[in-house]
Amino acid sequence: MRFGIKKVHFIIKKQRPYNCFLKDTVNDFFNQYGFLIVQMMLQALLGLSTYLPLMAGQLSLASPGFYALGGYIAAVISTKVLPVSGMYPVQYLLLEMLIAGVASAVLAVIVGVPALRLRGIYLALATIAFVEILRVVSLNLEVTGGAVGIFGIPQPFENPLAYGLLVLPLLLIVMFFVFRLERSRIGRAFVAIREDELAADAMGINPTYHKVLAFVMGAILAGIVGAISAHFLNTWNARQGTFDASINSLAYVLIGGSRTFVGPVMGGLILTALPEILRDLKDLRLIVNGLLLTIGAIYLPQGLITPELFKRFSRKAGKR
Amino acid sequence: MTVLNSMPRSARATTLEAQNMTRRFGGLVAVNEVSFDVTRGEIFGLIGPNGAGKTTMFNLMTGLTPPSSGNLTYEGRNITGLPPYKIAQLGLARTFQNIRLFGNLSALENVKISQHVHTGSGVWAGVLGLGKSKSEELEVEQNAFELLELVGMADKSEDKAKNFSYGDQRRLEIARALALKPKVLLLDEPAAGMNPNEKGALSDFIRMVREKFDLTVILIEHHVPLVMGLCDRIAVLNFGQLIALGNPSSVANDPAVIEAYLGGDE
Repeated sequence: MRFGIKKVHFIIKKQRPYNCFLKDTVNDFFNQYGFLIVQMMLQALLGLSTYLPLMAGQLSLASPGFYALGGYIAAVISTKVLPVSGMYPVQYLLLEMLIAGVASAVLAVIVGVPALRLRGIYLALATIAFVEILRVVSLNLEVTGGAVGIFGIPQPFENPLAYGLLVLPLLLIVMFFVFRLERSRIGRAFVAIREDELAADAMGINPTYHKVLAFVMGAILAGIVGAISAHFLNTWNARQGTFDASINSLAYVLIGGSRTFVGPVMGGLILTALPEILRDLKDLRLIVNGLLLTIGAIYLPQGLITPELFKRFSRKAGKR
Repeated sequence: MTVLNSMPRSARATTLEAQNMTRRFGGLVAVNEVSFDVTRGEIFGLIGPNGAGKTTMFNLMTGLTPPSSGNLTYEGRNITGLPPYKIAQLGLARTFQNIRLFGNLSALENVKISQHVHTGSGVWAGVLGLGKSKSEELEVEQNAFELLELVGMADKSEDKAKNFSYGDQRRLEIARALALKPKVLLLDEPAAGMNPNEKGALSDFIRMVREKFDLTVILIEHHVPLVMGLCDRIAVLNFGQLIALGNPSSVANDPAVIEAYLGGDE
């Protein structure tokens, strides 16, 4: 598995007076890892976009499809529709995110209504097929730049780390949204369908409506993340929404934990950072990375973060 | 109840009517041309040997299985072929023979979930706590606690449903069904897995619930003393066919029923 760390940052070290040492180390750290930090947050958001349909029990691997769509929308708008010389205005980026979200929602309804009649592994297969179809279409269309893709996508921020100004608030807002959703009427309906669709149906919950709703929510999020990523990665092509990416976002949820929204967030953060952390192992790092994932899947079948963990924690805090 | 029984049957309104309901599974006719009507306020028993088609009949009445032919009328409205959630919204709530609670959720959440149709907060109202969603949420929680209290499980509200004893799970299922505020309550073998004490208490409980919520109760049950003592009328199914229908004593003495249960002399 690859987690798409594509930029290498060169740090030029100069002689500095001693009192600047700390400041320099902090700066160095952010210069070196700014890209990684933002990438971790983006992947956490993708994890959440897979988690949303899973809340309603739907194993959908369609997120990378909507991610790719959002990216192409942003790439086309910023290079062809609204080309700007110099810094790309942030409000344009926000507009792209809005359009990407709306387009993803529309496509999700069109795809979701028939696809969500399938269950479990069959839905997973159908959504993989959907991602593949989008990939092949983008490879062959002129507007998406064919196999080369679209490059030179303008930058709305000075450096990779500055994307955090947009991505961190987005991550926090989405986390708050899902946290509240889990405790609301609609969230309860999702969870009821996940637990037992037939019983939920017999208790007056419309399964189709809520399954499509959860699917659309995940799609909107993936589309928005795609729009940001297109600028962030500077280039967008058919390698962005692939089966690989489907498996990655599923791994975030499974390794992180699929029963609370904290799981996919932690999964996305950790699994994106892991190859970087293991960099010192050189050639061995992908092997160790895969090994850690396997061990995680065997010994933590519920994932790293489970609702029980919170209960134990809050009980301890209560005693104090 | 005495008032009900003293009234002639024709004077009371029919709430649910099955007409020539048939369901085939391939070559097997699970339910064959079954017709009956259930009077508002009565406790109606559905009995029969194993495989007689009782649960299939329940599934037909709640929309989980569409009928091959026949008609189902509820409060004068044709509900044949409606999806389960719509039938539930109209006021028919059920429990399941093979208990289908939301196992990983707490007792409280189970009862909260089935108040879905009586609340209306959308995504944004729920997430942002806008409008009446806050008061609605409080009301849902309070209703849930009241129902858990009613079935004697208020002290276990935070425990996971799958960890309860059989009897508790059956009670929780009834509480979950009652949270739908139904007019008709369908109980599929409510006494299965209960000990004799619990079975005795169950009869009183079902009567109490019927009075309190002004319900019509339809129940499938194998435990004969419970059925005989509790039901106002009983329908007997055998091999998918309705072989007897009437009050408990007439059904118990019906030769066809005796033959179905004990076998005829050949």
